[in-house]
This record gives sequence, structure tokens and C-alpha cells, in this order.
Amino acid sequence: MATTTITSGPRETLPAPAGRHRNRPTSRRPNWLAGITSWIWLAIVIVPIYWIVITSFKTQSNYYLENPLVPPGEPTLANYVMVIEADFVLYFVNSLIVTLGAVIPAVLASFMASYAIVRGRGSRFLRYTNSLFLMGLAIPLQATVIPIYLIIIRLGLYDTLLGMVLPSIAFSIPLSVLVLSNFLRDVPKELFDSMRIDGATETKMLWRLAFPLTRPAVVTVSVYNALNIWNGFLLPLILTQSPDKRTLPLALWSFQGQYSINVPAVLASVVLTTLPILAIYIVGRRQLLSGLTAGFGK
Amino acid sequence: MSAVATSATASAKSGDDRGRGGSLSWMALPALVFFAGFAVIPLIGVLVLSFTSWDGLGDINFAGFDAWRAVLSDPGLPHALWVTFLVMAASWAVQTPASILLGVFLAGQQRYRAVLSVLYFIPLLLSSAAIAITYKALLDPNFGLGAGLKLPLLTQDWLGEPLLAFGVVIFVVSWQFIPFHSLIYQGGVRQIPRSMYEAAELDGAGRVRTFFSITLPQLKYTIITSSTLMVAGSLTFFDLIFVLTAGGPGDATRVLALDMYKRGFQANLMGPASAIAVILVFVGLALALFLRRLGGRDAGHSQLDGM
Repeated sequence: MATTTITSGPRETLPAPAGRHRNRPTSRRPNWLAGITSWIWLAIVIVPIYWIVITSFKTQSNYYLENPLVPPGEPTLANYVMVIEADFVLYFVNSLIVTLGAVIPAVLASFMASYAIVRGRGSRFLRYTNSLFLMGLAIPLQATVIPIYLIIIRLGLYDTLLGMVLPSIAFSIPLSVLVLSNFLRDVPKELFDSMRIDGATETKMLWRLAFPLTRPAVVTVSVYNALNIWNGFLLPLILTQSPDKRTLPLALWSFQGQYSINVPAVLASVVLTTLPILAIYIVGRRQLLSGLTAGFGK
Repeated sequence: MSAVATSATASAKSGDDRGRGGSLSWMALPALVFFAGFAVIPLIGVLVLSFTSWDGLGDINFAGFDAWRAVLSDPGLPHALWVTFLVMAASWAVQTPASILLGVFLAGQQRYRAVLSVLYFIPLLLSSAAIAITYKALLDPNFGLGAGLKLPLLTQDWLGEPLLAFGVVIFVVSWQFIPFHSLIYQGGVRQIPRSMYEAAELDGAGRVRTFFSITLPQLKYTIITSSTLMVAGSLTFFDLIFVLTAGGPGDATRVLALDMYKRGFQANLMGPASAIAVILVFVGLALALFLRRLGGRDAGHSQLDGM
């Protein structure tokens, strides 16, 4: 049941094919309660975001004088200049290195593991491996940061970008394996069998057959992990100390500590750290939303 | 030729699963090595470290039950457990009804609802640190939104009063995560067969009746999935609370994860901090088992598969 809904999910959640309109009886008469709730919630979501954006263009002195919900009279880019001059480019590059450095190996390793788990169901070793990953979902992995700190020190990786990459890979594996193996289970067995008869090895089947067929799931998992790692705070906090090894969330936090009185500058830094993710979201939105609703909702 | 093919399929169908498992096992190794090195070993390590004393820099010395004795006799522990539980319960109680309502609404097919779900998703893109920093500025009693608009109702010492600070944490958590759970419910509602609604319509059931007799029972497993994620997630609200209140005022919002960090990385008492981490692991496992039981054995399994 779970597996069939997953493949049908992405297609069903894409925007309305005509004729599926009356999925629910809402079209009969408007549902006032839910309608009003949804608009109120929209306001709750949008007002703070709107406030962040307009305030980031205000000068510090005007911030105290103007109505906080009215766009700035004399918009300024000074806050953004200040933030960029505070080494944000460096932190951006650090975040990029850590995110790509963790997501690519994590997704590749998870994909290979999922393939092995789905294809080699007879193997006891692979069954235990799968249970181990599932257990990782139930355990708050944050509880392991103290030994991770110790391991990273002993490996000589404290205060390096690689030191943040390695645990991030491990933390991404359980959910990635779960989602990917669910999708892999839906690849018809006959396809594998026919490739096998043609003499394909498992490695060849993995890259030529399984990978192209599950590409949507791979994208969803990659974006989801990238979001988590890009926004990660605890690992950079405990595994680095020098300012030039900071990732964006940590830089944001220390910038806020330094310039807490300069609210427009702090908010400009919030906008700048969020822009890259917003860009990815705009490009991969459909994939991410449909992948997530399909993966979680049943 | 055809004989070769049949024998190949025959052997594929019979007991060569085991052999194939062997040739496949190496593919699972990279993931297994990473997970073992940075999740399983640390998990064992945290238990070991809870029986030592270590300041985070110097030597690690075996210390028997010292750390456990210190942690268990500290009134801070029941308090942190209680706050963790309150955050979990309150954030669940606020998020679930709102997410179901919004999810049901978003499941309709009108175009503007699709636009709404795009906008709803934005808070999930922001890092917890960014969200916490924003709300800290927004709620500042002297320089925040309330002071700027000169609305006394909004001009409170939001993060300075224990009860208000707790409420703010719950609000910000909901602000961040309700959109995500609404999407889960949206997906769930769309899986409900249309015929059930048509039948109810023929029987003359009203909207409220339909919601409680069809939508809600049909969403049972979605509710369990979403609740599992909420409850498990609430144990890891470290970044948000750390930046927003740092556990304060006093220790009003000091949850377990924060307690662990403060003892370990601020007070340099890694032994007791590890003991707290062990407790955190057990709380997480107990909750996962409880929620699986709640879902029924089979359902729990397929639910976990489907996540």
C-alpha cells in the first residue's frame, strides 16, 4: 500500500488535471472556516517576511522613526553593503562547500545502499543494515554531538570544513535510504530480469536502469538534505571556532550578537542568507512539494 | 538460447537471492561505514562518556557513576524533562488542528490554493537561526514591531517573562512547521477516494458531518505520520531555542537538548552532558515505540516504510 501510493503521488499532486475538480465536496459551497483560516495564516506567514524585506532597506535612523509596516521613504542598500563587507561571501562559500560536499556523497551512498537493500532482500546482512538505518530515524541524532566532537578532534579535523561534512553525511543517510528504497521498490522486477538476461551486472543496472527511473526521488532527497545542511547550526557551532570557518547560520548568529542594535543590517543578513535557498526553491518547487507530499502523506 | 534464458530466470527465482545479496552487499558499505562511524559509534560513545569525567580538552578519566549521580540529583533534570514535554505537547496541540484544517483546504484544486501552498512553504526555507533572529528583533519591547506601531498589546517583554517566552517558542515553532504538516495532510486528503464523499453527499451529510465521519478517520495514518515527525522533531528544537531565548528567562525554556549543550560545551562538563544525551536518546526511542504501538502493528510498519 505504501509503495503504490508513492509512485502515484507525484503525479496526483501536480496541479489540477481537468475533471478531478470535485475531489472533495468543497465546490458545492465555500468552506468559510477553512477559507478564513487559510487567509489568516497567509497573513501570519507573510507579514514577518514582508517586514524583514522592507526593513532591510531602511537606514538605521529611519528604522526608529518610520512606521514599521510602511516601505522605506529613502530605500538604501547600505545594509547589504555592510553585510557583504562583513565577509559574508566567505561564509557563503563555506556553506556551499559543506552542503555540496555532504549532499553528493550522502545521496550517492544512500542510493547504492537502497539499491542493495531492495534488490538483495534475501540477504540477512542487508536486512540488518536496513533496520539499522530505520533505527536512525527514531533516535534524535543531536544527542550524539559530544562523541562526534571527540571523534572530530581525534581525527585532527576540528575547525575544518571536512569536519562538518562527515557527520552531516551520516545524519542524512537514514531518511534518504528510506525514501529512495520506497521508490526503488516500484521499479518493475521484469525490467531488472530482462537486463540480467542480457548480461548486465548489478552495477550497470544501478546506473542504467534504477537511477534514471528514480531521478525524481533523487532530486527530492537531494534538495531536502541540502536544505537541512545549509541551514544546520549545531554542527558548525560545536565543530568550529575560527571565524573564517563559519557557515552562514553561524555567521548570522554572531553578526546578530555584534550588531543587535542595527536591526536593518541584521535583517539584511537574514535576507542574504535566504536568497540562495529561495532561488533553488523557485526552480525546484514543484519537485520538492510533490515529492514531500508523496513521500510523507498517505 | 531459450534454454539458457529459462535456466537463468529459474535460478533467479529460486534460492539465488542469497548469492545476489552477497554480490550486492558491497554497495551498502559506503553508507554503512559513514553511518557506523558518525552515528552508531557516537551513540555507543555517548553512553561510555557518561561514565567518565572530561572537560572537552584534557584527558578523559573513568569516573564511575559520578556524572549520573550529579545529573539525577540535580533538580534541573526534572525541570528540563518537564519543559521538553510541555514544548512537545503544546506544539503538537497547536500544530495538528491547524495543519489538518489548512491541509483539507489546500487539497481543493482551485488555482489560488496552489499559490497559497507555495507561499506557505517559505518559512520552511529559512534556517532556524534566521527565524529566531527575526523574531527576536520583531518582538523587541523597545525597537520591535509593537513599539514601532505604538500598540501596547504587542509591546510586551515577550522574551523576558517565562510564560510569554514559552508561548513565543510555541508560536515560532508553529510558524515554521505548520506549512510542512499542512502539505502532508494535503497529500493525505487527496488519497481519500472520491466515492466516499459522493456516498455521503447522497446520504445528505453536511460538511461538518463529512469531515468528522470520513475525512478525519481516513486521515488516521497521516495523523500518526505527522505526529511522529512533530514529536520526534520537538526533541531537536535546539537551534531555534538556543538563538531565541538561550533557554531563558532563567531556565523557562531550557529543553533537554539545550541542557546537554550548556552542561557540555559551556560548563565543560562532558560527563554529565553525555548522561543527559543518553536520556534524550531513550526519550526518543520510547516515543517512537509508543507511536508505533498507537498506529497498530501492521500500520506502524507500513507507515514507517512510507515515510
